[in-house]
Amino acid sequence: MNVATSVLAPVSIVTVNNVIKQFGRFAALRGVSAEFDQGRFHAILGDNGAGKTTLLRALAGLAQPTQGTISIFGKNPREACRDLGYMAHPSLLYDEMSGMENLRYFAGLYGLAGDNRCAESIRAVGLDPELTRGVGQYSQGMRQRMSLARAILHDPKLLLLDEPFSNVDAHSARDMVGLLNNMRDAGKTIFVVTHQALLLEGVADEFVWMADGQIVDRTASAITSRESVP
Amino acid sequence: MNPFWEVLWATLVKDIRLEWRSKDALNAMLFFSLLVVVIFVFSFDPLAEESRHIVGGLVWVAFLFAAVVALNQTWARELRNQVLDAYRVSPAPANALFMAKSVGNFLFVSVLEALMTPLFIVFYNLHVLGPAWQLVPLALLGTWALVVNGTFFAAMSVRTRNREIMLPLLLFPISIPAVLGMVAGTTAVLTGENSAHFYIVLLLTYDVVFTTASLALFGTVLHAE
Repeated sequence: MNVATSVLAPVSIVTVNNVIKQFGRFAALRGVSAEFDQGRFHAILGDNGAGKTTLLRALAGLAQPTQGTISIFGKNPREACRDLGYMAHPSLLYDEMSGMENLRYFAGLYGLAGDNRCAESIRAVGLDPELTRGVGQYSQGMRQRMSLARAILHDPKLLLLDEPFSNVDAHSARDMVGLLNNMRDAGKTIFVVTHQALLLEGVADEFVWMADGQIVDRTASAITSRESVP
Repeated sequence: MNPFWEVLWATLVKDIRLEWRSKDALNAMLFFSLLVVVIFVFSFDPLAEESRHIVGGLVWVAFLFAAVVALNQTWARELRNQVLDAYRVSPAPANALFMAKSVGNFLFVSVLEALMTPLFIVFYNLHVLGPAWQLVPLALLGTWALVVNGTFFAAMSVRTRNREIMLPLLLFPISIPAVLGMVAGTTAVLTGENSAHFYIVLLLTYDVVFTTASLALFGTVLHAE
């Protein structure tokens, strides 16, 4: 019984404790506290200005909380950076270099040698590693996929994705959701900030709704949570 | 290989590749330096003797202003598509990025100097009267003094609204001792009136102090919001 309980018990790997983030006099996060379990797919939803991106950047260690603490795998976000994969709304890629050249460079930052890992990441998002043209000449959807390839390059345990489906056609978005679903099934913990909640219905384990810099609801369905938020 | 050197090398190669493809910094620097040479030749029309006294200043002022173009480019490139954030979330050492950028800028400015020096010699009818070999350490140490501070202050000013103006405002005052050393040292060698030894030591000291300070502070600058 104890063994079964210990196996099934969810393990909290991300702990946000009373986090406030101020930009001048504007508070983007107002006392956010939450715990997120390992191996789950968390969709973060909310209107523009709700604090979704700021929360994600704080989790990634890019925005230092004005007050409060964030713990990822028991460490602060910067110490946990090897276990984090971050994808922002901009591509975080050099337009003048090909996808493979970009990933080769970023692989070097993580101490990964060889082209195999880069090629695998590119193939995983449905692109061709042999493409020689610069990323700047890719379509928006291809850029988004390549950006995801960069985020998963070092096989992180935790993925933080900011609007990965924006400007992506429906077919490509479904492909990306399928890929993320497989990654969650493989044990990754995934956070996705999105406005396309219905795309993740039935895939995400939890929908986290934010408003005015606070988490106002957490439910298993996007439809339920949308109705329950005032 | 040590992670520091691995990241330094990868970033340096990447920057050279990007510059080779865009030629943004080199073209702008070359054009600017050419303008300085031509404008001053037409303005002064100096004799050989006069040239030896003023060219030290002209050369370094031209290189200083031209270097600012490269220095602004080096970080602007990282801001497009917020690529710098990808570096910030990685475990790569901040100092490796700084050193790679500094070495890259050093190479770009050195290429500029190699291309422009013959033009200065021809247009100003220069003949070196002192020990010419001293121009080599003066050029190397002087260029490093410009780019190491410039790379640091360009990183500081890159997120400000008026970064093109901010960089010279931060860089030029702190570069005054180095610029004085470069100009006086170069003039000493060209005229053969004094030894440039003191200025070489001055530049070496300046480089060591500011490289150490920049390395110590760059992590804070990189992760500042």
